[in-house]
Amino acid sequence: MTRHVLGRLAATAFIAVVIGFFTLPMLWLAAAPFDDTPTITVSIPQFTLGNFQAILDNPYAAGSIVNSLLQAGGAAVLVVVLAALAAYALSRVHVPGRDLLLYLLLLMSSVVTGTAAMVPIFELATRLGLIDTHLGVILVVSGGLLPAAIFILKDFMDETPTSYEESARVFGATPLQILRHIVIPLVRPGLSTIGVWAMASVWGGFLFQFILLRDPEKLPGSVILYTLYTEGGAPKLDLISTFSLLYSLPVVAMYLLVSQRYGFRFHGGIKR
Amino acid sequence: MISLRDLTKTFPGGVRALDGIDLTIGDGEFFALLGPSGCGKTTLLRTIAGLETPTTGTIAINTTDVTTRQPGERDVAMVFQDYAIFPHMSVADNIAYPLRIKKIAKAERLAKAREVATRLSLGDLLERRPSQLSGGQQQRVALARAIACHPTAFLFDEPLSNLDARLRLEARTFLKRLQRELAVTTVFVTHDQAEALALADRIAVMDHGRMIQVGTPAEIFQRPATPFVASFIGSTPMNLLPGKVTGGALHVAGAVLPAGALPDGSEILYGMRPEYADLALDEREDGFPGTVAVLENLGTATLVTLEARDRLIQVLVPEGDEPPIGSRAWAVPRQRRALLYADDTLVG
Repeated sequence: MTRHVLGRLAATAFIAVVIGFFTLPMLWLAAAPFDDTPTITVSIPQFTLGNFQAILDNPYAAGSIVNSLLQAGGAAVLVVVLAALAAYALSRVHVPGRDLLLYLLLLMSSVVTGTAAMVPIFELATRLGLIDTHLGVILVVSGGLLPAAIFILKDFMDETPTSYEESARVFGATPLQILRHIVIPLVRPGLSTIGVWAMASVWGGFLFQFILLRDPEKLPGSVILYTLYTEGGAPKLDLISTFSLLYSLPVVAMYLLVSQRYGFRFHGGIKR
Repeated sequence: MISLRDLTKTFPGGVRALDGIDLTIGDGEFFALLGPSGCGKTTLLRTIAGLETPTTGTIAINTTDVTTRQPGERDVAMVFQDYAIFPHMSVADNIAYPLRIKKIAKAERLAKAREVATRLSLGDLLERRPSQLSGGQQQRVALARAIACHPTAFLFDEPLSNLDARLRLEARTFLKRLQRELAVTTVFVTHDQAEALALADRIAVMDHGRMIQVGTPAEIFQRPATPFVASFIGSTPMNLLPGKVTGGALHVAGAVLPAGALPDGSEILYGMRPEYADLALDEREDGFPGTVAVLENLGTATLVTLEARDRLIQVLVPEGDEPPIGSRAWAVPRQRRALLYADDTLVG
């Protein structure tokens, strides 16, 4: 009996520690921006909105969120469009060695667009005149996300029976109409999942943006966060916490919107 | 009218799915393509629809050659085995879809959808999603969508196979009546011989990409052209017994039967349907002897399996006339109902 109680106590304590481990940073993020003198500990804030005024006074902070939106949004759109077309083709057309190609792509993508390939990518971007442009960042990060996106979307496409498309074809629909009326609505949950995933990965991405961009006017939020230090190298906790909160809001909003509009799940009636 | 001339389809890898198909399907005809799975019947239907391109040969619909035309330019409507009703559209939008492709105004096409739906008793379900419908209702939505586009021909791929047994019988009657009323040329694929016999005006029996026999259900049932057709048609499999003509008489499985005009020495296959035989409990020279091994109750009749020396012979007896298991019995073929095959062709 005692043993049982002790076991339960230990388990509860362990769970409490784990929960604390994940909630404390969240609590800090919720409290510190409103604190007059934030520290790295969680405390009841001495309420102020001065930190928000300070961050708006920072010449690059507000603009960097717009840059993040441009780069993450651009990459998400590019990834969804290209991955959808590629996945559709790969799912419907029989190419010899298709599966090998997909696995190779998936394997190489983590190598090619990883830190290891930084120098050649920088070189390539320089020669193409893509250094210090939003387009450069969008192209490079999209390249890294595409293989996984194609891989996942192909699975979604494989799940939808070809008879839907053939049925529409017999009724006279053109390939573009079939894509618009049938295929895209059917795989929309997949497309929205990929879109959110791509946007969130780029939103939090740092290294490529840090290396490919020069002009502080073009830096995204993730890089700007890195500049919020004093000359001595000490973090300005008031600005960092406030900016972090502002910076996380668009992603949360996007997730809620997409989840409510499309739901990250499959339509009823497709799986048989 | 649909005319197929010397149609051949070879898939990459060398599989010959269609092999020299010649066929003319008349206006308003209800035509069945019947055969075991892999016989090419679905490929033939898909080739008529334009979803497959024939390797050689031509397809004409109402005297217009459509061999190289896209599926949408052939003026046919197809109902798929899984119905292929779009899960993200309401019933009304599904039925109106062919009209949407034809760029008919929304109000007009929805009115048309309502009219067709009402005819197929789907009037109350127009706002539903396909996932909220029963199997029978989904099938009727697929039919309604095909009807809404007013084609010159309907193509049905196993239209009843996804329904449960009881519903299938109802749907069969419904489908036949609907086809009569619409009087639109209809080609349907089935592996179920009973379905083909019940629905079709004419049947083509296929095997290995070839058309083995084309005829009315009565012709196919009464005079199957080959042993393959004979064993495929009929709800109980036909007895096919090898025999030989000697001394002017036909010797088959222990019975001596009149040989007719068959010359001495000819080897034949003797076909007898279980329905076209009687069971005798006393010795008969014109009966196949055997021991009663199995009794299968089919409701109004019982299927008796006789164990002869090296084969089984089946006879259908009326209910109440079952012999006891283990007893000796003779299966006596009825006059003029037997089928004689030599070298895979019907000779008598």
